[in-house]
Amino acid sequence: MGPLAINELISENTNLFLAFIIGIGFGFILEQSGFSSSRKLAGVFYGYDTVVLKVFFTAAITAMLGLLFFSLFGWIDMDLVYVNPTYLTSAIVGGMIMGAGFIIGGYCPGTSFCGASIGKIDALVFIGGLFIGVFIFGIGYDLWDGMYMAKFLGSPKVSETLGLTDGVFAFLLIIVALGMFWVAEWAEKKFPRAEY
Amino acid sequence: MAKSKERKVRSYINPYLGGVLLGIVLLAANFVAGRGLGASGAIKSTVVTAMVTVSPSSAEKSGFLQEFRESHAGNPMKTWLVFEMMGVLVGGFLSGAFAGRLKLKVEHSPGITSRKRLLLALGGGVLFGFGSQLGRGCTSGSALSGMAVLSLGGFVTMMAIFGTAYAFAYFFRKNWI
Repeated sequence: MGPLAINELISENTNLFLAFIIGIGFGFILEQSGFSSSRKLAGVFYGYDTVVLKVFFTAAITAMLGLLFFSLFGWIDMDLVYVNPTYLTSAIVGGMIMGAGFIIGGYCPGTSFCGASIGKIDALVFIGGLFIGVFIFGIGYDLWDGMYMAKFLGSPKVSETLGLTDGVFAFLLIIVALGMFWVAEWAEKKFPRAEY
Repeated sequence: MAKSKERKVRSYINPYLGGVLLGIVLLAANFVAGRGLGASGAIKSTVVTAMVTVSPSSAEKSGFLQEFRESHAGNPMKTWLVFEMMGVLVGGFLSGAFAGRLKLKVEHSPGITSRKRLLLALGGGVLFGFGSQLGRGCTSGSALSGMAVLSLGGFVTMMAIFGTAYAFAYFFRKNWI
């Protein structure tokens, strides 16, 4: 059955319309969870507000389990679902640059759109920075395309790399996440902030 | 006075509930389109469109444009992520309106000025924009959506983002606490 667009059960325009609807859900939930506030987002790095960690890992686990079950029931063909290819060097270096951007700017791209949608001027300026950063990458592409294309590993699953089945990996990830949630609850009590 | 004003603002939802709902949205994206959520891809589409519009000849020579064309045929603005991000703006606005959080302001810690906050936001944005291109997606596209499909790259990028942010947190603490 799924993915609907790839199996041509819906037209390209319906797919784009659903992208818009899914985006509304994405933005609504991000905002309802507090991701429109940079001070709330940055809290995870100081322990006073760990909403990022809780939402991020709960979402990843929910979607991962959902896909495992959908696949098991034959509702989705996982061979047709896009898996980002792994280029190890750029995944690490790009991630580190993004991490620095996160702690300096207080947003990531998705959350900055969410913040800007409710009137956060700092979020709007962050988006301006995003455009500049992407533009710099674009004009200087020839300078770093070697790094961009280095250490290509295909599209491996983390479970394969670790020599585990998907189910066992998912189970272990849930245990790890529960441990992190426990630490997060503890940290919020230990480093409380009255108002921000 | 301040108290009655605060009461009108609804509080945020439980983060675990938010996570489950966000996970369902991510699952829906995979079920409908065979791909996850994302944000930086929409910015890339816009930048590519701007480069082609402003300077078609130099854009044609750019390896960045070729790389984009290989992965996205057709009009760069008629892509899944562009429509999804337009939805994010609408969804965020609706949520803010519903909760009474619509307000033009520069949010910053009492330790810094608005001006400094905006400069840091700009700098952080530039870094994040650049890093998202090098890392083939941002927190939502590479890390979150990648994790849902058990992508090795998704997990590596997630650890690099959070690890670096924690490593640098001490040096930027005055900006947040």
